[in-house]
Amino acid sequence: MSDFMRQSLDSAATSAPPWLQDYLRAGRARWESASLPTRKTEQWKYTGLQALQPSYAPAADGAIVLADAGVELPRFGGYRMVFVNGHYSPEHSDAQLPVGVSLVRFANADTSQAARIRSYLGTVVGQDQALFTALNDAALADGVFLDIAPGAVIEQPLHVVWLSGNQAEAFSINQRLLVLCGESSSASLIEHFTGARSEQQSFTNGVTELLLEAGATLCHYRLQLEEAEALHIGRVHARLGADATLNSFHLALGSVLKRVDVVVDHSGQGAHCELNGVYLPRGEEHVDYHTCIEHRVPHCTSSEVFRGIIGDAATAVFNGRIHIHRDAQKTKAELSNRNLLTSTRAEVNTKPELEIYADDVQCAHGATVAQLDEMSLHYLRTRGVARAEAQVMLSFGFINEVIDTVRCEALRDYLRVLLTRRFARDPALVGSVS
Amino acid sequence: MLEIENLHASVDGTDILKGLNLSVKAGEVHAIMGPNGSGKSTLGHVLAGRPGYTVTAGSVNFLGQDLLALETEERARLGLFLAFQYPVEIPGVSNMEFMKAAVDAQREQRGEKPVDAVTFMKSARETCKAVDLDPGFLKRGVNEGFSGGEKKRNELLQMMMLQPRLGILDETDSGLDIDALQVVARGVNSMRSPERAFVMVTHYQRLLDFIEPDFVHVLAGGRIVRSGDKSLALELEARGYAWLEDEVA
Ligand SMILES: Nc1ncnc2c1ncn2[C@@H]1O[C@H](COP(=O)(O)OP(=O)(O)OP(=O)(O)O)[C@@H](O)[C@H]1O
Ligand SMILES: [Mg+2]
Repeated sequence: MSDFMRQSLDSAATSAPPWLQDYLRAGRARWESASLPTRKTEQWKYTGLQALQPSYAPAADGAIVLADAGVELPRFGGYRMVFVNGHYSPEHSDAQLPVGVSLVRFANADTSQAARIRSYLGTVVGQDQALFTALNDAALADGVFLDIAPGAVIEQPLHVVWLSGNQAEAFSINQRLLVLCGESSSASLIEHFTGARSEQQSFTNGVTELLLEAGATLCHYRLQLEEAEALHIGRVHARLGADATLNSFHLALGSVLKRVDVVVDHSGQGAHCELNGVYLPRGEEHVDYHTCIEHRVPHCTSSEVFRGIIGDAATAVFNGRIHIHRDAQKTKAELSNRNLLTSTRAEVNTKPELEIYADDVQCAHGATVAQLDEMSLHYLRTRGVARAEAQVMLSFGFINEVIDTVRCEALRDYLRVLLTRRFARDPALVGSVS
Repeated sequence: MLEIENLHASVDGTDILKGLNLSVKAGEVHAIMGPNGSGKSTLGHVLAGRPGYTVTAGSVNFLGQDLLALETEERARLGLFLAFQYPVEIPGVSNMEFMKAAVDAQREQRGEKPVDAVTFMKSARETCKAVDLDPGFLKRGVNEGFSGGEKKRNELLQMMMLQPRLGILDETDSGLDIDALQVVARGVNSMRSPERAFVMVTHYQRLLDFIEPDFVHVLAGGRIVRSGDKSLALELEARGYAWLEDEVA
């Protein structure tokens, strides 16, 4: 058995609230009977887990001075809640929530909130499959419950920040977010993972459950902006009721190990999801997105676009599964994954996986791996733009199209600036045409 | 300004230009006509330095420099502009950002700072008006989803923003309605000056009614086989190219 599997979960059990104890115990039982995946496990074929330390210290509740840590926390105009090393940080969080929203930490939940959390927690993500979800369940000391009232229309984005600071030893965070979008409600949520600039070794195991009731609309943005030594294994699992709409955007800068599983379950007729994402590993970093779109019922649509720029000796994996069940007639599903390799050592494994059991459906998919388009580069140069700058413009343009799908303007602007800086700074992301 | 001597060029191993000579002086407008596939676009691409277009013999001097020794962007910064017959679509790069980068590159060449965004926007909008293109096109991806005529006007827009010394227009008039043709003509005529020259590749005499050329050349089989004044264009219109090819053969 790997040492990682022998880590102690006792501290979580002592700090979790009493009403959560049975949940933790069940998670622990699943964790203890599981084993760490190897390269022979199909789902983990291209992503090794050897970077996981044998053990991680629990994250300490440390105050952090953002400026000292080199962290800039943007403002997107709405409510912001900040966690440092998994612990709620009142000094960086806003006090006043918008009307129609309850955003409560598990640790702070009152009796009725606790009851609601208990009745929804784990129902979206399920209990059968993922090892890391079991670990998350077993180690769940705190979490966040976002409860959006039926009919509420929340104009400004809710911004939840998971910030990892410094600590003497390698530490781990089991982060949990549960979102319930009431009937016909509408909101935007930014999940933002970032870290102090350092060589800090950390491991985040994040699980997000999104439950959209009939007619609800949610824009969900998940930004993974952690630095190179920050390992992250994440899972986002959404369930859409009838006529619900999920507009989702993922961004991952690279790190030693990054793996995100996204599952969108269309379980009510007329549900629609847009799932888009961008990944930008460089150096020796690794990013792995496994997505799965489940169409269980008729008349649902899904559209998925992921693009990656892979530089240096970095590696990326994209596995996009579309599963159309027998009853899901009139489904429309699209999936596109495009990759730009900017070095001969860069690597990507991309695989669309279609399982279609209904006959009256429209399903389109495509995956490409390419270098910068030579004719586009030439065209820019004929206008006097230097080769290097033209390469930056084209690389940036390649992902800019996906950034355009982000509906929140403040976030879009932030991402453009962030990426412009990263591109200007980073020759590895600048494609080259030989 | 431009001296092309005995230019031979091949594309993917096929010889296309076979000893082409052409001399263009500042202030002049030259029209190049000729049958499909004769090498007109190839000439433009060779001058602009397109990858895959290999010069096998001959020389090109532009403003006193050996043009063929320069990188594509250096040629542009020196004042060479090619309006493409088939402009390239670049989704994700906005027209505005693209043109600002191009204008700034020219300024850098002259030792000037990048133009500030407000001033640039203003002049871009004004130029849009001059080429009858909605300013909304500035925000779209470069040529992305533009109609044929819109792409041509976008080429003209770029040329007017960049103010090159030599403009090579490869069938900028093809596929344009009569109003758009006049827009192109007005644009080119407004830029005519003793300092600047144009080479216009066209299949149609009607463009030359609006932009009066000093010389008309016929390019056939990779060479200029006949040169004359604008009356040559009228003759070609009436008789086609067959008689010239017979003469050459
Ligand atoms: N990659 C290539 N390999 C071989 N031949 C090529 C290649 N590219 C172009 N050619 C040929 O070069 C010749 C000249 O093409 P060019 O585009 O210069 O013609 P053109 O005079 O501009 O014609 P048009 O009036 O139709 O625009 C054509 O016969 C064309 O097929
Ligand atoms: Mg041509």
